Amino acid sequence: MHRLPGNLQTNRRLSQWLAIHPEGRVTITPGKVELGQGILTTLSQIAAEELEVDLARIEARPAATPDSPDEGVTSGSLSTQDSGGALRHACAAARAIFLGVVAQRVGVPVEAISVEDGIFHGPAGPIGSYWSLADQALLECEAPAEARPRAPGERRIVGRSIPRIDLPDKVFGAARYVHDLRLPGMLHARVVRPPARGARLVALRDGPLPGEARVVRDGSFLAVLAATEWEVEAAAARLAARTEWEASDTLPEQALLADWLREAATRGERSSVASRAEPAPPAAQTLRRSFHRPYLAHASIAPSCAVARWEGERVEVFTHSQGPYNLRADLAKTLRCDPTLITVRHREGAGCYGHNGADDVALDAVLAARAVPGTPVRLLWSRAEELGWSPFSPAMLVDVEADLDAAGTLIGWRSHIVSNGHSSRPGRDAVPTLLAASMLATPFPVKPSINPAMAAGGGAPRNAVPLYRIPAMSVETTRLLEMPLRTSALRGLGATLNVWSIESVMDEAAALAGADPLDYRLRHLEDPRAVAVLRRAADLAGWAGRARREGWGRGIGFARYKNTGAWAAVIAEVEALDRVLCRRLWIAGDVGEAVNPDGVLNQLEGGAIHGASVALLEKVRFDRRTVASDHWEGYPILRFSEVPKVELALIDRPEEAFLGAGEASMAPAIAAIAGGITEALGIRPRQLPFTPENLARA
Amino acid sequence: MLSFTLNGAAVTLDLPEDVALLHALRGPLGLSGPRFGCGNEQCGACMVLVEGEPRCACTLAAAAVAGKAVVTVEGLGTPEAPHPLQAAFLAEQAGQCGYCLSGILVSAAALLARDPAPGEATIRAALDPHLCRCGSHNRILRAVARAAREMA
Repeated sequence: MHRLPGNLQTNRRLSQWLAIHPEGRVTITPGKVELGQGILTTLSQIAAEELEVDLARIEARPAATPDSPDEGVTSGSLSTQDSGGALRHACAAARAIFLGVVAQRVGVPVEAISVEDGIFHGPAGPIGSYWSLADQALLECEAPAEARPRAPGERRIVGRSIPRIDLPDKVFGAARYVHDLRLPGMLHARVVRPPARGARLVALRDGPLPGEARVVRDGSFLAVLAATEWEVEAAAARLAARTEWEASDTLPEQALLADWLREAATRGERSSVASRAEPAPPAAQTLRRSFHRPYLAHASIAPSCAVARWEGERVEVFTHSQGPYNLRADLAKTLRCDPTLITVRHREGAGCYGHNGADDVALDAVLAARAVPGTPVRLLWSRAEELGWSPFSPAMLVDVEADLDAAGTLIGWRSHIVSNGHSSRPGRDAVPTLLAASMLATPFPVKPSINPAMAAGGGAPRNAVPLYRIPAMSVETTRLLEMPLRTSALRGLGATLNVWSIESVMDEAAALAGADPLDYRLRHLEDPRAVAVLRRAADLAGWAGRARREGWGRGIGFARYKNTGAWAAVIAEVEALDRVLCRRLWIAGDVGEAVNPDGVLNQLEGGAIHGASVALLEKVRFDRRTVASDHWEGYPILRFSEVPKVELALIDRPEEAFLGAGEASMAPAIAAIAGGITEALGIRPRQLPFTPENLARA
Repeated sequence: MLSFTLNGAAVTLDLPEDVALLHALRGPLGLSGPRFGCGNEQCGACMVLVEGEPRCACTLAAAAVAGKAVVTVEGLGTPEAPHPLQAAFLAEQAGQCGYCLSGILVSAAALLARDPAPGEATIRAALDPHLCRCGSHNRILRAVARAAREMA
């Protein structure tokens, strides 16, 4: 079987990816989903380019089972490579098929035919079009091994900052989100959550509920349905007051979280991530440093939502899940039914930044809707559920030992990363990972989360292997086998801590060597694209000639995401007042070929601002029983008044492969802010977030 | 019976007294622009204008707007006749997931109505009740400044 690009390899029929309609339209049906990152615009550009039709003719249909290609999860900054790569090949192949047919019919060589907005032109004028030939049977075939996508110099739509196709709906308030679905006869539903992790519902007192609300209970899963949102909210509040739960202390002491990680690691699963032993001079000195971060929340602006409807044995669910097929698999395991009885249809939600409550709420809606066959049920989480019950990005600890030779050059690196796994995404294990599955009368166990393989970028050890030239290296990780709070993927996974730990040690080693932090990094780098982003960011920020100001500082952060993806360098400027504020960020990125440069800049900037928010503010707070930071006052994120000004430079390389943009800048931004704090205050932060309380311990 | 003006048109509803304006707008009134984000005036996703002032519709009782003029993002403009702010947000590509934009747009409209040439600090202050998680803040700030210039 010939190797095909991206996810065409596993979804090989052209008809799975596109359809051409006689009325002059093209439908593309990628399995990747819109999360606010602009992927549907990117993919539409690629299709329009290869087919040589106007972008306005392309309609990108939201993914749905069973017809969309199974592209797994929209995650890991992989959609442009995996889905875009597939569509580029599929559309180029489709164009060749259509041109072949028309060439044969008209009797002109294929090479003599040009395409202009879908119209085929031969030497003597128009000879047909996609629309006149539109025959889906032509696409009912496996993609050929060879396709000839347009060369970089020929591209007219790819490589341009085309306005996003989803944005008009969003500025006019259109009904674009799953939250806006209004199906005939639809009921509203809410879940009543336990007061503690792992609590069991032991008693539920009867009593009247407003609006003829209906209660659904399966073990400790408790939901309520009513005709309107106000009735269902009133009913949920009334119902909550009638519950009795059996609860116990299951969470570690927050103030001792780092100690708990260290202690739990003794019972964890330790493994080697990378090791290297090249000859090196003896160490003149060794830096031993530890870095720690708390649990982080995805903190989506919209609470998760889903709409489900049962018909007999079949159920259909509208969801903002990142992985429709993976969700379907875990719904089937939970319901103990055949996956083909379930239809999963993607609709947009708010940005998720990773595995938030999107999948969990889909099961909640399915369970609630089972009580009212034939009736659509919209289940919406509360803000408290979104911030308190979604999976979290795990707390982490990194210990680093770095050896320097007599000249201050880095010659040895040993690190150990302790963390829960960074993925409990659905669809990947024998038992479902959806929240309610563990709460049913016949519950499924909650298994400790796992890490993606290093070949896929790793989880906790993501970006833990420095790109700097170091002759001797040993990187190890311990995955915890107990999981007090459910953990899963958030933008960057372990990179948010690993990149900062590497960059912090580089800053400190530079200081010991009496070198400028930029020069010291460049001295340890051979990769020309790494050097290029660092130099570009430094030029943008005027790093070399910068004036030092009392109470202000600048720092540098650099990483190549997953060590295989996009390169990003960030320079941050901070001001130390009663707390530290990030005032400016300068970002240089290299994502290979940029399909939509403005979209890439938007992602790089958004990722860096996300990083600034994590660096300065974010921390999941909990007591021994449950998460306390389940409202915005308890889990503050960066607001307009404190957002840094941002300048960006994109190093576009149209000849190179796509590398993805969504996660590249976040970890470097955190590292750069930490470096800025050192320059402003003379201290080296060791613990996220960089609040006055944590900085006082540095 | 509750009567008020919604996006320039008179509306009348029969609702229990304590129903939140947001539920009324998204429910019987059939709008989608005002969004539910927190239910506690902490994120601004549900912001609407009541007599020209930004108010969180999630906690405001619908009954409190009796006889008043309510404007939502749908009332600012349409794809055919966009408000200068909506045109500016598109020109600046100011958004990613977009869930926060409905509320931000109406707050920005209220700002420009009282201060046609706001400085950056003023725009930031006016938008501070709004959370954006995607990090589109700077584009949004530029879009509001652009709309102000184009309305001048």
